[in-house]
Amino acid sequence: MFTNSNLLEFIFGRLSWDSLAFTHEPILLVTFIGVVLGGLAVVGAISYFRLWGYLWNEWFTSVDHKKIGIMYVILSLVMLLRGFADAVMMRTQQAMAFGANEGYLPPSHYDQIFTAHGVIMIFFFAMPIVTGVMNFVVPLQIGARDVSFPFLNNFSFWMTAAGAAIIMLSLFVGEFARTGWLAYPPLSGADYSPGVGVDYYIWGLQVAGVGTTLSGINLIATIVKMRAPGMTMMKMPIFTWTSLCTNVLIVASFPILTATLVLLTLDRYAGTNFFTNDLGGNPMMYVNLIWIWGHPEVYILILPAFGIFSEIVSTFSGKRLFGYASMVYATVVITILSYLVWLHHFFTMGSGASVNAFFGITTMIISIPTGAKIFNWLFTMYRGRIRYEVPMLWTIGFMVTFVIGGMTGVMLAVPPADFVLHNSLFLIAHFHNVIIGGVVFGLLAGVNFWFPKAFGYKLDPFWGKMSFWFWLIGFYFAFMPLYVLGLMGVTRRVNHFEDPSLQIWFVIAAFGAFLIALGIGSFLIQLVVSYLKREELRDLTGDPWNARTLEWSTSSPPPEYNYAFTPVIHDHDSWYDMKRRGYVRPLEGFKPIHMPKGTGTGVILSGLSVAFAVGMIWYMWWLAALAFLGIIVVSIAHTFNYKRDYYIPAETVVETENARTKQLAEQA
Amino acid sequence: MSENQAAVSAENPQFYLTEDHHPENSTMLGFWIYLMSDCLMFAVLFATYAVLGRNYAAGPAPADLFDLQLVAINTAMLLFSSITYGFAMLRMEKGDKSGTLMWLAITGLFGLAFLGIELYEFSHLIHEGAGPQRSAFLSAFFTLVGTHGLHVTFGSIWLVTLMVQVAKHGLIEANRRRLMCLSMFWHFLDVIWIGVFSLVYLIGVLG
Amino acid sequence: MSSHPQAPAQESAHNTHHGHSHGHEAAHGSFKSYMTGFVLAVILTAIPFWLVMADVLDNKALTAGIVMAFAAVQVVVHMVYFLHMNSKSEGGWTMLAMIFTIVIVVIALSGSLWVMHHLNTNMMPMNPEMMKNMP
Repeated sequence: MFTNSNLLEFIFGRLSWDSLAFTHEPILLVTFIGVVLGGLAVVGAISYFRLWGYLWNEWFTSVDHKKIGIMYVILSLVMLLRGFADAVMMRTQQAMAFGANEGYLPPSHYDQIFTAHGVIMIFFFAMPIVTGVMNFVVPLQIGARDVSFPFLNNFSFWMTAAGAAIIMLSLFVGEFARTGWLAYPPLSGADYSPGVGVDYYIWGLQVAGVGTTLSGINLIATIVKMRAPGMTMMKMPIFTWTSLCTNVLIVASFPILTATLVLLTLDRYAGTNFFTNDLGGNPMMYVNLIWIWGHPEVYILILPAFGIFSEIVSTFSGKRLFGYASMVYATVVITILSYLVWLHHFFTMGSGASVNAFFGITTMIISIPTGAKIFNWLFTMYRGRIRYEVPMLWTIGFMVTFVIGGMTGVMLAVPPADFVLHNSLFLIAHFHNVIIGGVVFGLLAGVNFWFPKAFGYKLDPFWGKMSFWFWLIGFYFAFMPLYVLGLMGVTRRVNHFEDPSLQIWFVIAAFGAFLIALGIGSFLIQLVVSYLKREELRDLTGDPWNARTLEWSTSSPPPEYNYAFTPVIHDHDSWYDMKRRGYVRPLEGFKPIHMPKGTGTGVILSGLSVAFAVGMIWYMWWLAALAFLGIIVVSIAHTFNYKRDYYIPAETVVETENARTKQLAEQA
Repeated sequence: MSENQAAVSAENPQFYLTEDHHPENSTMLGFWIYLMSDCLMFAVLFATYAVLGRNYAAGPAPADLFDLQLVAINTAMLLFSSITYGFAMLRMEKGDKSGTLMWLAITGLFGLAFLGIELYEFSHLIHEGAGPQRSAFLSAFFTLVGTHGLHVTFGSIWLVTLMVQVAKHGLIEANRRRLMCLSMFWHFLDVIWIGVFSLVYLIGVLG
Repeated sequence: MSSHPQAPAQESAHNTHHGHSHGHEAAHGSFKSYMTGFVLAVILTAIPFWLVMADVLDNKALTAGIVMAFAAVQVVVHMVYFLHMNSKSEGGWTMLAMIFTIVIVVIALSGSLWVMHHLNTNMMPMNPEMMKNMP
């Protein structure tokens, strides 16, 4: 017998009217209204222009690696805006909350914001944009028509998007974690975080993690198995090499995160005692495990950026990359070393001299292959004919900024210094220095570099340069003060200060954040302006930068099948080699091309995963059970579909290729 | 480095294939990589057990709880299921559909027997007050052994699915590849179980 | 985790080229090799169980060492006879992936034990007996 309240509890679990936080927080209410209006506008526009069918057929259900890559990048840019809004709120709060002024964010809200900022920037900005660029570029660079498992690729994207949706939901329904981006127990355990915040965190990451791991497996198999004939390992473009190493790191580290979060989940849901304070649990084990994942994660983000810079430096210096082989070895060495340094994230937890010395030394050793890379780039530029186009500007900005960040990293790698600097704003400045200076600059360079390949027109250089200078200068204004504050002993994650002498530094940092906002704004304007001026910026050659690797040999944007004939590779700068030795584009003999067919299963499974996560977060067990059952049934049903491919008829290929022939002829 | 070489060796090089090019099948490699990632998940659970496995919190220890005879029977079930899956694969190579299905069914039964015994063991432990909440040792034990059991459960569901698909479409290329993947999955679970019975049960009982 | 039921879905439309890829697939076993593997596995399982259940050796550490050694050997037996591992399948990539995984597993396991041992000694100064009995 259910009473009425029992029934309500059964249906809605912990969810009640009070959970709708935006109803009593003015900041959230404004955001909520903004999101609703914006969402309605987008939905309305799509309906008005009758785009739903197009989006569903051509994008959402597509298994084309190029479209999936583009969708990853769009997702990441949307999440960048959300993560950056959090950053601006923090900078504003810290610039004003001194002495009697409490600022405008109460601690409970401030704690959610810094957690959300970290989680979103790492998992839902950096990861998707890295995966997206790899997805787009790698098959083109190795001369393949798609990835090894095209359906899985679509599914991976939608799982990442589902994770992002779960995190976004926490903004309005309930709350987000207040634990910091790695949710250390016992704070994140059931005793100290009884609300839904940590559960949002867990399920958002777990759902996205499935996608990340599977896409890692997919890209490894693709690079290993689908390279064009002649492309031996040492003839792979350097970006493909760094992508391979990144995906190896993904596959070998994300399961560790998954398992660790499962243990935390069990502590919270099933009352186990892994990381509790009593009954034999040990919270330090969580910190140990999560950093075994966490350090390789850093290299997952930076290695593709290194690859992008390598491609850009050699292209815009008009030279072969200096030290190709040493670049490859450095990448592989970093891949392996990244598993031997995790303890430097918790030197101060009390491991003692021998352990700290070991991990301090391994950490410092990593700077050797990284330094070798910097020298390789410098020697590539040396006596090159450098063109200062936007991607090259980002690269030079990176080299200067990243070296500073790397050196403060080596400082932090010294355990006694770390005892002084840990948990301070010095650390915050350090990792923003390498992540913004390395990953963000790298991916923005990559977006500028490959945008013409993806869309057929270049990005507007004026607004690109505006974006670059605002970002670069903004970065130094925003984070150099944090080094100073950190050396003065100011700790991280604080929402109110007493000492008024510190305020000026925070005001400078907030000014820097404002400049970065202008940088992001310029980037968005750049996208719009370029779209409007697309005829002027059009690239008909397929090779707008006079570049060197294979992806520039096909049209921009490439046809669905990438290459009408499978290329044969003789050199790691294969397109340069082809141009140099008089490659003639084939004009006849086209055959039907075998391609994978799109499917909506990925979208359905991701929707069910969101439902499952919501059920688990809010204790709506019926929803979780139904959604889980649905996931299994849909997955099994999917395996009964054996017809997953089709042939692009030879006539279509002839038509596409003839159109390109005409274009090229008109150009000449 | 190869710039000059290439120019010398092929003055008129070929830059594309005029014939259709089929890359090698990636499924087996992809699945193997998946298994390696799964292996790392188990590595975390083993590491957790190794670190927390002696924190009994004044509660029962392995020697008080584990019935090695039962574990031996369970191990036998899994080992038998491994060899019968091997027989199914041998039948598959001969193109013998009904033989394959028969050995798959026997494999499934051994798998279910394994799960049944494990569930009995778990319910017995919980009944004795040695549930996963009792101590960090028991949390780690239930999670490690339970995750393995969950894998066997999914393997069994997958096995039944494949039996239906083989019955429906026969031993076509796609189904053979799926059977090979499940074969790898099934033997992989047996490998994990070697770690479980050695580290958790045998060394646990030793104390 | 929801990733498992998707496992059979790891098919690709590319991969329907009949026959072409056949020669490259993982090596198959024969009846003889499966039986060899099975008999070895039975022996390698029975001995450690017997050692522990019949309490054969007085030295517990030695028994534990033998049990782990037998486990390691049995893992190799399964890899060779059931999973048909060899250095040639998939152009050596499966072997390479496995070696890499073993390296990471060893790092994670031994590293965790080493680190946690130090943390326990320094931050929770108590002996193993106390750990067992502390509520």
